[in-house]
This record gives sequence, C-alpha cells and structure tokens, in this order.
Amino acid sequence: MFAIFFELNEGLSIAWRAIKANKIRAALTMLGIFIGITAVVLMSTAIKGIENSIQSGVSTLGSDNLYIDKFAWFSNQEFWKMRNRENITMEDFKKFKELAKLPDVVVPLLYSRQTIKYGNRKIDDGVLNGSNSDFLTTTNFDFELGRFYSEIESNGSRNVVVIGNEIASKLFPRGDALDKVVKIGAVNYKIIGVLARMESLFNSPDNQIYLPIGTIFKNFASRNRGTVTIVVKARNPQMVEDTKIEAEGVMRKVRGLSHKEENDFSVNQQEALTSFFDNITIVIKIAGLFITGLSLFVGAIGIMNIMFVSVKERTKEIGLRKAIGATRRTILIQFLLESSVICIIGGLFGLIAAILLSLMLNQFFPTSIQYDVVILAIFISLLTGIFAGLAPAYTAAKMDPVEALRFE
Amino acid sequence: MNIINIEHIAKVYQVGSEEVHALRDVTLKINQNEYVAIMGPSGSGKSTLMNMLGCLDTPTSGIYDFKNVSVSEMTDNELARIRNKEIGFVFQTFNLLARSDAVHNVELPLIYAGVTSSERKERARQALIDVGLGDRMHHKPNELSGGQRQRVAIARALVTNPAIILADEPTGNLDSKTGEEIMALFHEIHERGNTIILVTHEEYIAEHALRIIRLKDGLIEKDETVEKRYIPKAKASFV
Repeated sequence: MFAIFFELNEGLSIAWRAIKANKIRAALTMLGIFIGITAVVLMSTAIKGIENSIQSGVSTLGSDNLYIDKFAWFSNQEFWKMRNRENITMEDFKKFKELAKLPDVVVPLLYSRQTIKYGNRKIDDGVLNGSNSDFLTTTNFDFELGRFYSEIESNGSRNVVVIGNEIASKLFPRGDALDKVVKIGAVNYKIIGVLARMESLFNSPDNQIYLPIGTIFKNFASRNRGTVTIVVKARNPQMVEDTKIEAEGVMRKVRGLSHKEENDFSVNQQEALTSFFDNITIVIKIAGLFITGLSLFVGAIGIMNIMFVSVKERTKEIGLRKAIGATRRTILIQFLLESSVICIIGGLFGLIAAILLSLMLNQFFPTSIQYDVVILAIFISLLTGIFAGLAPAYTAAKMDPVEALRFE
Repeated sequence: MNIINIEHIAKVYQVGSEEVHALRDVTLKINQNEYVAIMGPSGSGKSTLMNMLGCLDTPTSGIYDFKNVSVSEMTDNELARIRNKEIGFVFQTFNLLARSDAVHNVELPLIYAGVTSSERKERARQALIDVGLGDRMHHKPNELSGGQRQRVAIARALVTNPAIILADEPTGNLDSKTGEEIMALFHEIHERGNTIILVTHEEYIAEHALRIIRLKDGLIEKDETVEKRYIPKAKASFV
C-alpha cells in the first residue's frame, strides 16, 4: 500500500499551501512556538553550562582526593559542635603521614586571606594556599608560565608564589607576570609560575595563590592559629574507599580517641560536593524547565486555537475530500501534519535564535550547546505540533461528509 | 448489468425529540449505462436518496446492494473506499480546491486510491483533455469560468473510472448556455458507456436523461421512461 505515503506527501503539500495562503496568521502562530523553543533551548543550554562548569570546578579538586578537615563540607551536624573541635595541627599531619600506609601522597594545606599588590594594582582578599611541593600531584594544574615551587623552596619556606590565571591577568594585563615581585601583606614574593586557565565556578584555581606552607606560618600566622587540612590522594580511584577507611582509623589514633568518642574531624570527599551541586542543579532544572515549558504550552494553545479555526474554515473542503475517498485517518494526518509543520518551522527558527543568543551570552556566562539539545528541540516542536493538532484534527476527521458538504 | 439495487430503504433523522422520515420506503434498480434523473420538490427526500446512492450515508432500514455488495452495514472506511473507487461526484458548487490547479484537483481522488504520482498526472491530463480543457491544465479555479470549473469537477469524477457518475444540480450555478454545454458533455459521457444519475428540480434538465424518478414525501411517486428525450445541440467539448 503506497496510499499512506501519498497521503503523507499530499498532507505536506496541503499544509505548505495552507501556510503560504495565510502567511501572517502562520507567522504569528509560529511566534508562540518560536519563543517557547528559544526559551527551552536557551534554558537547557544554560543549565548544561552551569553543570559543566561545576563538573570541571569539582574535578580540579581531583576525584581520588580526601580532605581531612575540622569541618564537614556539607553535613547536618551542628556547626557549633564542629567549631569546638580542636584545630588540626602540623604535628597531627606529620603523625598521620607516618602512620598511613595506603595513600599515594599526603600533603598539608593551610588557607589564608591576604591582599596582593603589584605597583598600583591590587587584589583584596586573595586566597593563599600553603602546602608543600607534593601538592602538585593532588591537582591537575597546567602551567602557562614557569613552574611549581620545588622541595627545596618548600622546605626552606622561601618567599615564592605560583598564581592563578585570573590573578595574573588582573595584576599583569600584559602577561609578563613571571619573575615579577608582588607584595603580599608586608613581604615581597617572587612569582615563579602562572597557571593555565581552568574555568570553573567553584573554588577556581584561577583566583588562588600557591606558596609553601612554611612561608605562611613564617609571615602570617603563628603555628597555633589556623587549622590545617590534610589532603590524602589515593593510589587510584578504586582505592578511594579503602584509603578513606584507613584514614579515619589513623586520624582517630593521631587524635588519641577512645572507641566511645566520636570523630573530632571530618573526612571530606569531592563526591559530597558533587551531590550538593547536583541537588542545586536539579532545582534550577525543574524551575527553569517548568517556566520555559509554560511558554511552550502557551504557544501550543495558540496553535490549537488556529487549527480549530482552520478546520472550521475548511469544513467544505473536508467534506469534499471525504466524498471523493479520504478516510478519517487521511483527514487526521492532514491536520496533524499542518500543525506539526507550523511547529517545526517555528521551532527551527527558535533553535537558530537560541544558538545565536547563547553564543552572545557565552561572553558573560558559561553556556554549552549540545547536539542532543538540537535534536530534543526538533522533537519537542514535533510533539507540540501533534499535541496542539490532535483535538482539531480529530474534530475534522469525525465530520459527517454530508453535513460538511452542506456547510456554508 | 445491475449496479444499484435498493429494496425498501428508509431513513429517519432525529431532530430534537421529533423523528423526521426523509425516506419512507424506496425500492429501485439502476443498471449499467442508464441515464437516470431524480426529481422532486424540496423535502421530497431527493437529497437523502442521493447521499444514500453516493454512499455518503447509510439507510436506517432496508437493503442497499452496490454491485451485489451490501453497503448498508459498511464502516466509514469501507464507505470511503467505495466512494473513491466506484462513485464520481459532481456538485452544484463545483467544490474545487481553490489553491490547486486543474491537474491537481483532478488527481485528488487518485491520491487516496494510492496511484503513483506519474500515473496520476497522466490520467488527470487525459481526463482534462476528455472534457475539453487540454489547454487549461495549470489554471487555478479562480482563473477559470463557471463552465470550465464544472468541467474540471467532471474530469475529477471521471478520472477513477467509477461505476456511476452522481451529479447534484450540475447546472444550478451556470447560465443556460453554459448549462447546455455541460449537459452535452454528460450526454457524451453517457454515449461512451457510463452510468449517470442526475439530481435536479428542473424539468428540461431532467429530460436529457432516459429515465426520470419522481419523489414525493419520501416515496417514489413515478418512475418513467422519457418519451421525447432532449438531445443537446451544443458541442460537448472544444477539442
């Protein structure tokens, strides 16, 4: 049976002629779908962009790293209880490093916030990360210029810094940061390395400064202030769980806890962060898609409306088609095709607009156009067309040919 | 050969709480190559009978056999198929698709019959040549005169080689001279061996047929052979 194929073909050409005959009406109807699809695509592109940047932001932490810290990153435990925990000290770190057998690397990490100056340019509240030369292996840093500090520089608590890309471009717009001397607090430091751009929303290395931990102790803090984070890198992703169990046991031993006492520290993992941000993106997704979906729905109602008008207008034509042999199915297909064609044309224009807009927005905000979004948009347009056309098409299909032919 | 066999058919419409008996008890036979006119005043059941003959509607009771196949209990889709294959409709108001040219209008029933595009075009062209519109293939209805439009409609009715041509007041919207030309075309179509059923309320149009069935109040009042048949003098086609 070729009939169905010919009917589809005829349906398409009818749809095309009907749209051509009512250009303004079709264009206004398409506008609804156009706006809806633009909004949906733009929203999903933005969500994808946020997701990507969270992912890359989190992955700068390294997926097989554990962070033994005074505070739990995300937990229901009372803040006050954690606040009263004892700080983790360098002595704790040294004992831990000695006792722990499973980790690949164990490094200390100490944060400090300071103002960084170069000439008349300055950055307030720059985050200093103090560690030792092994810290590099817990990261996925690439260097634009220079290198990380060496073991000798680390052990000697030298006044050297590695700066993130964003800091470099703020202080040295001409890109000549290497070997320059910046002032942090009251002391001068030599820049020995500039990181390549990392692009991430969370805790981006682009905005951080890395220097030997001893240097922080020497210049900013007494040994008894500030809590150290112990960064533990597992040998491979499969060993993260075992390493975590060992780390907890070792740390309890270091802290001298009896078996009745609770942990007075937390073992944090990137996973906790990922799931926290997952929850946020889910909320954004649902809210965003609901709102944009609503605009698509309004567009669909507009199409349904116009399709009802179109069916009414062409009652006599429907009667004639039925009289000369069109079945209910044929008429149904004809009107479904018409609303689908309107929706797909509107949707394609919407898609183009969304792509152009997201390229523009990308200057200010991370967006990401995916092939699946393109396919999804076309699919949604088609679905909207069928949804909007179903009731009018059904009305047309079940018309009585005698009544329809008599219609004036 | 018998084409239409109707026995005691009736059609009752429900209008509000009232029953309207459009057809009460009609029995008639129509054979191949007959030329029948159905006449009657408005309200006589003439339109209902035509819808019934054209398989646009099914009777409330009685037997309707079309080429020995019972139509009375057919589904909508089966009726659509029989209309497509066996019946060629010609309407008073032509009922052409305004946005399509003559060829596309004529090939329309062939689309629903599942005929391939090239064959459709070929047959539509031939049908248009047969009704004398060989030079108007790609004109749209608004570029054609009333008579030419009705010729396109007749070509559309002929293109599927149907068993009967069912014409409902085919000259009702035409001036008398053009009407005469259309009647001449029907005469020619009948001469070629087709079966024609003509619904009209004008005596002189009915007299082009060989047999006149007169309806009144849903019953056949008279079923007579035309004694003095009117043979149109106008030339049928312009070929």
